[in-house]
Formats: sequence, C-alpha cells, structure tokens
Amino acid sequence: MRNERNLSHLNSRISHLKYTMARKLLLEHINVPDINTLDVYRQHGGYRSVEKALKTMSPDDVVEEVKTSGLRGRGGAGFPTGMKWGFLAKPEGKERYLVCNADESEPGTFKDRYLMTYIPHLLIEGMIVSSFALGAKTSYIYVRGEMMPQIRILERAIAEAKNAGFLGKNILGSGYDLELYVQPGGGAYICGEETALIESLEGKRGNPRIKPPFPAISGVWACPTVVNNVETIAAVVPIINEGGEEYAKIGVGRSTGTKLISASGNINKPGVYEIDLGVPVEEFLYSDEYCGGIANGKRLKAVVAGGSSVPILPANLTLKTINGEARLMSYESLSDGGFQSGSMLGSGGLIAFDEDQCIVRNTWNFARFYHHESCGQCSPCREGTGWMEKVLHRLEYGHGKMSDIDLLVDVAKKIEGNTICPLGDAAAWPVASAIRHFRDEFEWHVTNPKEAMERNYGLAKYADPLPKLEEVNQN
Amino acid sequence: MLSVNEHKEIEFSSELIKQFDDIVTRYPEGKQKAGMLPILHLVQAEYGWVSPEAMDQVATFLNIQPIEVYEVATFYTMFFLRPQGKYVLEVCRTGPCCLVGAEKIMDHIEKTLGVKEGEITADGKFSWRGVECLAACGMAPVLQIGPEYTFYEKLTNQSVDQLIEDLKNRI
Repeated sequence: MRNERNLSHLNSRISHLKYTMARKLLLEHINVPDINTLDVYRQHGGYRSVEKALKTMSPDDVVEEVKTSGLRGRGGAGFPTGMKWGFLAKPEGKERYLVCNADESEPGTFKDRYLMTYIPHLLIEGMIVSSFALGAKTSYIYVRGEMMPQIRILERAIAEAKNAGFLGKNILGSGYDLELYVQPGGGAYICGEETALIESLEGKRGNPRIKPPFPAISGVWACPTVVNNVETIAAVVPIINEGGEEYAKIGVGRSTGTKLISASGNINKPGVYEIDLGVPVEEFLYSDEYCGGIANGKRLKAVVAGGSSVPILPANLTLKTINGEARLMSYESLSDGGFQSGSMLGSGGLIAFDEDQCIVRNTWNFARFYHHESCGQCSPCREGTGWMEKVLHRLEYGHGKMSDIDLLVDVAKKIEGNTICPLGDAAAWPVASAIRHFRDEFEWHVTNPKEAMERNYGLAKYADPLPKLEEVNQN
Repeated sequence: MLSVNEHKEIEFSSELIKQFDDIVTRYPEGKQKAGMLPILHLVQAEYGWVSPEAMDQVATFLNIQPIEVYEVATFYTMFFLRPQGKYVLEVCRTGPCCLVGAEKIMDHIEKTLGVKEGEITADGKFSWRGVECLAACGMAPVLQIGPEYTFYEKLTNQSVDQLIEDLKNRI
C-alpha cells in the first residue's frame, strides 16, 4: 500500500511533462492509467513492433533498421547498438542469448527503475523484437536485487504477454519461439559491467572477465551473448515502428534519438525527463520544462552530467564549452574539450550541486562508493580506491596535508587504464576531475582544518573571500 | 565473515523447495547454479538472514560445493550473514542522497532507534544500515525495507518517525 502511494506521488510530479514535452518516444503514454497492463498498453499501440517485425521483417532487417537509426548504448558507454548486434557470432548448434542489463546502480541514474515501474510492457516488447533480431530463444532481464517491486511488475507483465501469445512457442504464428525470464541481482554495482553481469547470471561472484573473448563470441555459458541496457532495448520499439531513418532525424550529429535523463541533486524538479539529444544544458537545468532551476534560489556550483563516474564540471564549463559555445546534452558536446574541460553523457544521470555543497565531501563520498563496490580482482582498483577514500576522508575531516592532493592525482592516474573493467576508471575520474577544477577547495581544507568541518568553501572560484577566523570569533 | 556462533539444523519447507524447483527450470540443463541468487533471496526472505547451514542446504539443492555458495553470499551486499532486526532500514548514503540530507536522516534514525549502524534494537524489531546508491536519486533521500524492498522516498525526520511508529504497531 505504502509503496503504491509513494509511486502515485511520483506520477503526479512527473505529470506536467505530458503537455510540455515536444516529442516522446518512450514516455509518451507513461501517464495513462493502467498502462502497466497489457490491454491498456495495446490500446495505445503496444506490441505493434512485434507484429511488424515477426510478420514482415527478417532478423537481419531488424538489425539493419537499428543500424540505420544510429541508436547508441544508453547504459553509459554509448557504443552503437546496431554494430554491437552485428558482432554477434552465429555458430551452428549453439544457443544465442540476449540479456537486458537492468542492474541500474550508477549514482545519479534512475531512469530504468522508472521505465520498468510504469511501462514494463515497453521493455518486454523491445526484448521480443531484439531477441528475434539476434535469434535468441531464451532471454533474461537481469534486474538489480533491490528492485524487487519492479521484478514482480515485470514477471506479471511477462505472464500477461505470454497469455496473449507474444511469448512462448510460435509467436503470432511466425514460427519463432522465445522464453523470457527475470533474474535478480544481489546488490553489486559491478554487475552493471556486462561480463560481470554474465558471471552473476551464471550464479557466481560478479568478477568481470578479461576481454577478449567478447560476450558476442563467448558470453553466458560460453554462448554468443548480447547485453543491452533497458533504455536501449526500449528504444528499439519506436525504431521498428517508425523506421530507423525517422529515428535518426531526431537529435544532433551522431547523437540520434531521444534520451532519458535522470535529474537529481539541488534542483527544483528532480525526475526522469525524455529529451531530444542536443537540448542545451542551460535550458535543461533552468527551463520549467525540465529541472526548473536550482533549488532554494541558490546558484549552481557544479554538475555531474552522466552518473557519478564521469568528470565533474564547474558551473561555467557545464553551460559553455571552453570555446564559449553552448554545451548541449549530447554525446559529443558533453565530451567536448576532453577531460581537460569536458565530461561525458554517460548514463544520463545528471546531478546538480548548489553553491553550499562541498566538493571535497562529495568526492570522498563517491570514492567510498567505488571502494565499496570494487570487486577486488585487480590490485590497482582494490587498493587504489581504498587509498583514495582514506586520503579524501582525512582531507575532509581536517587532517590533510598539501601533499595529499598530488598523492590523490597520482593514485588516480595509476588506477586509470590498469584494470580489467572500467570501474577503475570510473573511480579515478571523479577524483581527478574534482582536483582539476576545484583544487583551491582541496587546498582550503588543508589550510583551514578547523573550518573544514564547520562550513563549506563556497561557490568554487567565485566565492567571496572567507572572513578570517579572528573576525568570526569577534562577531 | 560467516557467523559460526549459531548451529541450527535447517530444513527447507516443501513450499520453498517448490519455488526453488521452479527457478532452476529457467536455465539450460546442467546450469542450475544460475539459480543461486534468486534462491538466496528466497532463503533470506524466509529466515531473515543467510546462515551457513542454509548455504550448505542450498549447495546440496543445487548440487554444487558449499564454497560456491559461500563465495557468492559473501560477495553480494544484499545478503545478511548474521541475524538482523525484523525490519532492516537500509538508507541510501551515496552522493545524490547526501546532497539533500541523507546523512541527517541516518543520524535521526540512529537517535530514534537508539542503536548504532548494524546493531539490533533490544526488542529485536529494528536494525539499520547505510547502503550504496539505490537508483532513486530523484526521490532522495530514500530508504528501503526488505524482503519486499518497499521504498520510502523524500524522507524527512517526521516521515521517518511515522514509519518507525507504523512498523512498531505492525504485528
């Protein structure tokens, strides 16, 4: 009961989107009552893509359509989905698998939870079409274990779809068979990495595998496997319905289509928004259509644009690139300037920091997260994340030394690129970028150990000079 | 960190075994080990934690070595390796939640329940802990309570008080 009430809160908060959004491919019907049931979903055009694909297209046609659309992996890496599908090996006598990555755990990202909660059939529809394209007869949706309510929702939706003949043997008389199962995870961030996810699905610890071989050659139970994010698979539905060419018209450059952005932190309207790729970051943050500006009338200090792993940017570099061009919400524009002055779109988890937030404290928080979530397989990551957490802890709590700052940069550099999976990079980038852009704040924590815990440094480089300690005491 | 203090023989109920049987049909023949995580979730929902004895039984059921279950149960943070309170309040403590006051919520829970993180209240009803990102940053601060993993969003001190009061009165 309680949970449903909470969900309805969320519904009402998001409902204003219905009339203001220009174009929605995934969330178009999300506010329709009972859209989580098969009947209502079908009344709003649901499962059209299954009929179209299975009755009028060959599996290769579907792959081609996805290639034409320019769809890129929505989980964070942004790798072209059609190309990934094209790599799938098809040896005789071996099963092929499609696994949906619903292990959403990147801090700042909550779009997949939203999608699965309110419109589960969209994911299932996408799974059927994608499995057909890849020739998979069994597919799994690997959902993070904490999302038990979503697992129940998906299982109920799968049962409905099966009853209606969209799953099981000889789907819609096409001769194509598919079984779809939901697999819970166990609360490990690392299982969002595709080879760790595969290990976990097999009932093992989530230790990433050394690549090659890539999952396309040897994945689940050594069979060719494709792992795709929830949003990626959901996007296949409008691509098949409207055609890849139409989809590719949306967006900017190589960032085609729409993207779900999870907006959180110190903004007026946190939530999940579907945007055309290419919306200016400034518009996204300040317009009433989206985030509605910084909460409590404060000023923006910094933004993490694509989930905690991507480099943090100070406000000025968030809104404009180093060349003074408006920064857009797209794969290319957000990474403009490389790591010196840019960031990444990542999973689309945008976290906004207001002027009162302490960058050192937040960096320590993220470092603790990565230390906690390191699988422990590679020494640079296992040890390095722990060192970074400890050094950042002592800086934050007023025991730091000036040399600690360079030590952090050094450790981050030695983790980056030296691990099997990208978790090492994901742990190193937030630390390195925080020091790159907010070094004075770290130094301030060293020179003002007593105040470090009392108050924050302020608005980065634009802060008013701090009153001297004696003056504070006099007052 | 397996708890070795308690030694209770465990036998899974027939309903539980039926659910296990259903789970292993999802995988190809001989790959029943893949059922490990869903089965451990069911065990924890039944007993409140995953004891070494229960792990041994799971190993027997899946026809694998006990160590294969231990290494999995100790890897995934959702599994409790020692007994907990009846209701475990798991509060998200990662960045986005902290930006909007998760640390204060944890302080408040500690004060209200009168036990430190990981400890159980005297009546056995509650324990609490900080957990890493729960993928609900837009509804922050949040906490969850197993085994259904019900979500409580946009927490305030008052809503936490109300929640604890509700749970106290629940049979």
